[in-house]
Amino acid sequence: MDRPKSTEPLVTVRDLAFYRDERPIFQGLNLTVAKGSVTAIMGGSGTGKTTLLSLIGGRLVPARGAVTVEGAVVSSLPRKALFALRRRMGMLFQSSALLTDLDVYENVAFPIREHTRLPEALIRDLVLMKLELVGLRGARRLFPSELSGGMSRRVGLARAIVLDPMMVMYDEPFAGLDPISMGVIVKLIRELNDALGMTSIIVTHDVAEASSIADYIYLLGDGHVIAEGTPADMHNTDAPEVRQFIGGLPDGPVAFHYPAPRYLDDLLAREPS
Amino acid sequence: MQARGVEFTVGLFVMAGVLALAMLALKVGNIHALNLGGTYAVTADFNDIGSLKPKAPVTVAGVRVGRVAHITIDPVTYQAVVTLDLMKKYRFPRDSSASIETAGLLGEQYVSLSPGGSRRYLKNGGKIRITQSAIILEKIISQLLYSKAGHSSGHS
Amino acid sequence: MTAGAADMIGGLGRRVIEGVRRLGHATLFMARLMPALGVALRRGRLIVQQLYMTGVLTFVIVVVSGAFVGMILALQGYNTLVRYDAQSSLGLLVALSLVRELGPVLTALLFAGRAGSALTAEIGLMKATEQLDGMEMMAVDPLPRVVAPRFWAGWIAVPLLAMTFSAIGIIAAYIVAVSDLGLDGGVFWSQMQSGVSVTNDIMGGLVKSVVFGFVVSWIAVFEGYDAKPTSEGVSLATTRTVVSSSLAILGLDFIMTAFMLRGL
Repeated sequence: MDRPKSTEPLVTVRDLAFYRDERPIFQGLNLTVAKGSVTAIMGGSGTGKTTLLSLIGGRLVPARGAVTVEGAVVSSLPRKALFALRRRMGMLFQSSALLTDLDVYENVAFPIREHTRLPEALIRDLVLMKLELVGLRGARRLFPSELSGGMSRRVGLARAIVLDPMMVMYDEPFAGLDPISMGVIVKLIRELNDALGMTSIIVTHDVAEASSIADYIYLLGDGHVIAEGTPADMHNTDAPEVRQFIGGLPDGPVAFHYPAPRYLDDLLAREPS
Repeated sequence: MQARGVEFTVGLFVMAGVLALAMLALKVGNIHALNLGGTYAVTADFNDIGSLKPKAPVTVAGVRVGRVAHITIDPVTYQAVVTLDLMKKYRFPRDSSASIETAGLLGEQYVSLSPGGSRRYLKNGGKIRITQSAIILEKIISQLLYSKAGHSSGHS
Repeated sequence: MTAGAADMIGGLGRRVIEGVRRLGHATLFMARLMPALGVALRRGRLIVQQLYMTGVLTFVIVVVSGAFVGMILALQGYNTLVRYDAQSSLGLLVALSLVRELGPVLTALLFAGRAGSALTAEIGLMKATEQLDGMEMMAVDPLPRVVAPRFWAGWIAVPLLAMTFSAIGIIAAYIVAVSDLGLDGGVFWSQMQSGVSVTNDIMGGLVKSVVFGFVVSWIAVFEGYDAKPTSEGVSLATTRTVVSSSLAILGLDFIMTAFMLRGL
């Protein structure tokens, strides 16, 4: 696959620090997402990948450093400008976050109805087009409770792209899906990105899927980027952290054991009663 | 069509609530009592009003013709001054009399008017001269007892 | 012994502090909700939808309860009044009890249990399933879109339901009084009309129910919005809605009754 690559950055994260209840989540995080690319942000559980998406979307404010989208620092935007920016960002939540009291059609139509005053006929065309893209035009009268995990994620995807955003953020799009649904999502992310000229940020811990569609991968650990590169780079590197993550090895730089005193000492010690 | 059903049901619900309020106002509370359709005020002095309260009815021959507006006390005579709001559509002779009566043995107290024979009528701000105070049960009983006692001793 | 007492006092202090803290949170929340309430008024359809969910679904339970309470009042009231040969005042007794006290209070309690808890659970669940986060990311503020219409609906529904409760209760009492207790229907109504004041009694009851509607809806949406986004957090918040609403209703009822009776 040969794609024209732009190196112009859409999102840049500079020296970002963020704490949750005194606990550092990020310290000195730096990364760049190029316009038109599919960028994967990987890392183990609890490395703050989802938090990063919230910071990019302006729902959290960093303690230090800045997130810049299209040259504007997100955390210093006034509310109106922030909402205007969010209209151009789609986001797919891990739980899909579909509104449970609306059916599939109304869920996809929701952003249009909230932000525009388009005539009903046009809304219908837009919604059906996006539903067709994710292959769920026939399911438009179902309610979220009647959908499988893979289907509701596709509906969430249709909703995320219904206003033709410049960028879509995916929070663990592959988690908890059967192989077929997973394949569908993988294919959709890549195709939508290229066909609609979007930029995609994928937060995930699924190595194989991320490698198959990402243009560039960041590996997070200890609050900062521990490795980065194209999928091929990542597979060929000798860095032990990367080897452990990519290979799925139980022990390595990320220790299997939670820090503890010596096992023997613990066994011999009497628990104070 | 689904939205229609919702709207219709909500409309019914709101109607039920409003009808209930209307029923309470008209059938349970007597909203007509509020609206006397224009009134004029006259006063009447009483030596003792018993437990008469503002808003108590004013009746003639048992028919409601007004209500007690407010009750004050005359600083000179120490009599109770009762202001009555009477309906404009009724006129009463100037020599009418007012008395405070009780509905039943323990019921609420009200003002009863007995029309006189004069050709001149009470006007706004007028005064009813002839009044009869509230009958207080305890006083009657004690009077009865004392007079009985006095009577018997006088004869023996 | 002294340590135990200190613990108890400490526990009490902790509870008071926690209570005051939550009250502060709720007040701040209301301050944030205020502008959203105005915005939501412009989208009446959302309020109508929520009125359907809260008001209409509570309607049946209110009608049934109102009928039973009215019948009970008739039987109990008759039993007491007949000892003083004052059964002709039964209509008055029933009407005053319902219009001034039982209508507003019981309706608000029923509403808190049926619709208030559902409101909390719904908003809490929307939070737990990232629906509110999702809206924010779609540049939709959930306060005017989700919270405000529910608040309006609750506030509007409670007075309407309270009036219905009282009216149904009085009708039910009338039926029992006339058909079962053998009272004269005319006396029942006329005694009631001579004693029930529209300004004091009926408006007083209406004012009470408006206040209760405001407070119950406020507590319900606050607890939902403030709930921990887990299933346990939502169920805790639901319980808190019912408990705090019930206490608030009864406490406010006492205060308002004291003021209204003194105002007479």
